[in-house]
Amino acid sequence: MASITLNNIVKEYDDGFPAVNDISIDIEDGEFVILVGPSGCGKSTLLRMIVGLEDVTSGELRIGGDVVNDKPPRDRNLAMVFQNYALYPHLTVFENIAFPMRLAKGKFTQEEVKDKVQRAAGMLELTEHLDRKPANLSGGQRQRVAMGRAIVREANAFLFDEPLSNLDAKLRGQMRTEISQLQRRLNTTSVYVTHDQTEAMTLGDRVAVLKRGVLQQIASPRELYEQPANLFVAGFIGAPSMNFIPGTVQRSSTGAMCLSTPLGEIELPEHIAAAGQDKDVVLAGARPEFFEEASQVRESRRARGSVFSAELSHVEWLGNEQYAYISYENDPRVAEVLQNLAADMDTDELRTQLVVAVDAMSRVRGGDTAELWVDAGRIHLFDPATGENLTRDAEAGSELTRQAAEDRRRDRERAAANGG
Amino acid sequence: MSVTTKTRLGWAIAAVLVLGYSLFPVVAIFANSFKTPGDLGNQRFWPTSWTLANYEMIFVGQAQELFLTALRNSIGITLIATFIAVVLATLCAYAIARLDFPGKRLVLGAALAVSIFPVISVVTPLFNVWRQIGLYDTWLGLIIPYLSLTLPISIWTLSAFFRQIPWDLELAAQVDGATQWQAFRKAIVPLAAPGVFTTAIIAFFIAWNDFVYGISLTSTEAARPVPAALAFFTGASQFEQPTGAISAAAIVVTIPVVVLVLLFQRQIVSGLTQGAVKG
Repeated sequence: MASITLNNIVKEYDDGFPAVNDISIDIEDGEFVILVGPSGCGKSTLLRMIVGLEDVTSGELRIGGDVVNDKPPRDRNLAMVFQNYALYPHLTVFENIAFPMRLAKGKFTQEEVKDKVQRAAGMLELTEHLDRKPANLSGGQRQRVAMGRAIVREANAFLFDEPLSNLDAKLRGQMRTEISQLQRRLNTTSVYVTHDQTEAMTLGDRVAVLKRGVLQQIASPRELYEQPANLFVAGFIGAPSMNFIPGTVQRSSTGAMCLSTPLGEIELPEHIAAAGQDKDVVLAGARPEFFEEASQVRESRRARGSVFSAELSHVEWLGNEQYAYISYENDPRVAEVLQNLAADMDTDELRTQLVVAVDAMSRVRGGDTAELWVDAGRIHLFDPATGENLTRDAEAGSELTRQAAEDRRRDRERAAANGG
Repeated sequence: MSVTTKTRLGWAIAAVLVLGYSLFPVVAIFANSFKTPGDLGNQRFWPTSWTLANYEMIFVGQAQELFLTALRNSIGITLIATFIAVVLATLCAYAIARLDFPGKRLVLGAALAVSIFPVISVVTPLFNVWRQIGLYDTWLGLIIPYLSLTLPISIWTLSAFFRQIPWDLELAAQVDGATQWQAFRKAIVPLAAPGVFTTAIIAFFIAWNDFVYGISLTSTEAARPVPAALAFFTGASQFEQPTGAISAAAIVVTIPVVVLVLLFQRQIVSGLTQGAVKG
């Protein structure tokens, strides 16, 4: 086990395109770090540089304190799980798992190999499949074999390259849990690449969000969600995405600071308003769950937010939650920004509609005019020109990440107490 | 149910017809090879009395020298040509499948062009050149033209095959602690071997069955392969056709081909379709 340190890592291809641009990340021993971003953001390239399958153009890569820039993959002692599993089709499951040990000639006796494979197979529920060939296994089983191969190595770190993307949704959820538990139990430093934000949020101690080869923010999932550094992170993390409502901060007729938006005026707390005051136009980021039907909000909370009424275009009821959609006229000054953001995030054009989470029991329908309350204190204001989050509370954010680190330490101690 | 039986019956009849059509000459030669000289002209299909005289003649009798040296030439030349073709084609196909280099399409295109070039148009100039530089009537003088027959199809088949190999395995093996050579040997070779083997069999057939080069570029027993040597068999007397001996020799040289096909028919079919569909 070892820490992994990336210092100003750059990967430039022959045509001068920087796939990875000046990325610095410190991965602690035993930490589970996720690299997430839309396709083409350089996350896989970064992972392949760590494992040694891609050369590092410039910067310094350390594993356990040693610079490994020029070491071949076999000398880095890392284990990797590939997207397509990369199992050896001509070998049985047993031999697939034993493969790394067979390569290290003389290091393991026959019994040790057998013992280790049996233990890994037991951990992954593969015991009865050891004599089969990979072609006869299901997707989830192949995935487990690939993980078994990583486990027996006792490697410095595990690297995962979108390991779940070939599985169907149900199996993905199950494997996600298994990977998470396995990592906690073995307490091995892990780097995991994915484009799926659910995987990122559920697995990671810390999540690094990348866009076009540039690190946007690295923080605990909670910090990313609550205190995103910029528009991209705010939009990328969370499903459904954060709403971005264009508006101008001004003093309203009643004397309070408010944001005048196409949806009406939203009263803002002083400290948020102050951050966006000197801008012509700002984007107000509000997650769907910041909204509620006004009638559902208790009097005491009501004062902390702002109420407006809007006509719902349609409603989606999902059983445990319900989303209402509201169309509005977009501000032409931010149309381009939002379009670029959609392109960066790999999604279709962001429609100018507000997504609002209402109570699942609510009987509002499309076409109704609803009174909606928004928790104005949680709104973030973004500068459309730079994308920067104007209201980010860095201290509160790092507190969230510190808490996550503490949680992990507790997990580790508990695992150690249970005999690992 | 009746439909499937009908279609099955239809297919069976079609299969029998095709088999009969293509196997008839082989069976006829087989029958001839067991006939006595007297039987050969009596217009009956099967011999009236079966005899091994023809086989005796080519293995231990007067045609022995002609046939056995030709057989040795055939085996030697074909094996060497196959070996060289497969080695070169493997390297070439590996590069084509794995590396991105300028002229990749040109190599494949040139290989195709060579393979569709009619043999008969090349053989006369080759005859002259070979005589000038002393390759006429030598093993090498046949191996080189055989390569021109076997290399193109080998390159096409192998590059189609190599393209299907998941090369991530090589990387996975390296991460697992293998050197580049170990990764190739332990992860890639076991997967590539069936393809290489199939290609070798196909190349072997092509070289083994050649007649035009064999008859044109040789003049003595020094290099003459079996298909060409058959034409030089003589009867017991000047007035007797050596049909029986020729038939026996033809059957003997067909045997290795038939055995190979029976043993490896699955690989050959998949190899051929790979070349055809994916190439």
